[in-house]
Amino acid sequence: MDQAVFWQMLVQYLITGLTIGSVYAMVAVGFNIIYNVTEIINLAQGEFVVLGGLVMVLLQVQFGLHPLIAFCLTIMVVLGIGMLLDRLAIRTIRQPTVLTLIIATIAASMIIKGSAMYVWGKDPYDLPAFSGRTPIAFLGAIIQPQALWIFGFLILVVVLLTLFFERTILGKAMKASADNPEAATLVGINVNHMILLSFALSAAIGALAGIGLTPMALMEYDRGAMLGIKGFAAVILGGLGSFPGAVLGGLLLGLIESLGAGYISSGYKDAFALIALLLLLFLKPSGLLGNVAILKLKKF
Amino acid sequence: MLVMLLVPWVLKLVPGVSHYLDILVFAGIYTLATIGLSMLMGYAGQISLGHAAFFGIGAYVSGILTVRYGWNPWFCMFVGVIVCVIVSFLIGTPCLKLQGHYLAMATLAFGIIVFIVFSEEIEMTGGPDGMGGIPGLSLFGFKFNSVLSYYYLVWGVVTIAFLFSVNVIQSRIGRALRALHSSETGANAMGINVSGYKLQIFVYSAVLASVAGSFYAHYINFVSPGSFDVHFSIKLLIMIVVGGMYSIWGAVWGSILIAFLSLEWLEMFKEFEVLAYGVILLLVTIFLPNGLVGLPAQVMGWVEKRKK
Repeated sequence: MDQAVFWQMLVQYLITGLTIGSVYAMVAVGFNIIYNVTEIINLAQGEFVVLGGLVMVLLQVQFGLHPLIAFCLTIMVVLGIGMLLDRLAIRTIRQPTVLTLIIATIAASMIIKGSAMYVWGKDPYDLPAFSGRTPIAFLGAIIQPQALWIFGFLILVVVLLTLFFERTILGKAMKASADNPEAATLVGINVNHMILLSFALSAAIGALAGIGLTPMALMEYDRGAMLGIKGFAAVILGGLGSFPGAVLGGLLLGLIESLGAGYISSGYKDAFALIALLLLLFLKPSGLLGNVAILKLKKF
Repeated sequence: MLVMLLVPWVLKLVPGVSHYLDILVFAGIYTLATIGLSMLMGYAGQISLGHAAFFGIGAYVSGILTVRYGWNPWFCMFVGVIVCVIVSFLIGTPCLKLQGHYLAMATLAFGIIVFIVFSEEIEMTGGPDGMGGIPGLSLFGFKFNSVLSYYYLVWGVVTIAFLFSVNVIQSRIGRALRALHSSETGANAMGINVSGYKLQIFVYSAVLASVAGSFYAHYINFVSPGSFDVHFSIKLLIMIVVGGMYSIWGAVWGSILIAFLSLEWLEMFKEFEVLAYGVILLLVTIFLPNGLVGLPAQVMGWVEKRKK
């Protein structure tokens, strides 16, 4: 292959990888927030992304609302659904074991997916790109402006969350609940509220990812499962429970997928992320930035 | 348990609604697949979200080897089992030493990878369109080519598996698992090889799923990737949760119920099956944590409380 073309394609794959990686990173961050506070893996996480995109479509395209208004409303709606998930599916279980709670999130994801199919049907939907579709040339490859938005969202999430957890009382309360729920209760933190908040935050972040992704890759009702599991792969890659790990893991996973699909086989595109996950579990389950000791403390 | 042996005979008289027998064959196949998984969930407290893969491997191995190479179907079933044993061992060994989330996600990932392989490797598997012409089963010259004969075959095998599983539960392994359930650290402290037992149950559940898959392939004489996707893995899960995780009877009742729901009663929902199942799963998880099997006890408990 011609040298120049090789580099061009490489840069292109890298860009695509980082773009989709940002989405995975956001899903991963969402996973971690809920996991840290509750030890549950929320298997409905991917559905928040789908809902983010679809609700945005509904509000902006169907109802013709101004994009900014639609944006805020979408985040609030999906955030609300996240809270509903906690109230209806998680809190209602009388004898919560981690196994039962995971099953509850599976049930919730099925309900959300089924409802989405009812409301939106099976077609993929498109959103107008935020700043047009004129591609930007970069090192011989092309960047869609939307990709920059997605990346920007990721940075926004990272900055806001870091500020939230480090600088606000509420954020610190959440961290406290994550570390030791009993102790947190003793100092007056309402752990149930923290759990609710964790679901709300995760849902909001997922929605953000969905809103960013839809103009580039469309959105349909059943993308949730794949996004969810890849997001989880990113979590494991970075280390379960680690916030920087989630970001790193997501980006890395996106790169792996993109390079794999580009150089090896595009039919197996989805499989790359999953194979990476399995390999990781066999070789280094604690992930890149994770803590091995935590893994062995089993409540589940 | 003895009732279990009588049930198939009684049902023989019932096929007035003749296609119910067909549904019950599927129920039997599903039961075979879920008995082991139920033990994994209820006794070992682990969750596998990719059991459709083991089921599918059994089905495809049986299908491919009998159709393309003309091997003896029973031998092919055995080959399928071997493959599943190896794979489940490989996946289970690292994961079962860690928190349960890892096995859940590893099996989910594995299930999807297997599904993709089934769909992509067209020369071998026929791809998304599937592969047909799979022969039926026969034993010593007797051909299982009627619904009734297959019914007895499948439920006969289920009975054997059931009895074997009960034996396991009452044996050292079962007791170890129950100790594990109450306190894993305690069990470890007593020298019980917790991960080892979990692994054995996981492999066992994979074996049963593989055999069930083979029976499936030989029954409908056709396989396609669509039958072995995540949705099916979750359906298996639903069978167990609805029937009752903590007793292997749960696998039986759950499978029968879901078989009827999916093949008969929920037909009207068509594509909203997913929604219906999600709601069922959620309601059962919230209100009926011990499933149908636990229903009598739960009702009794409720009645007792009311009396006061």
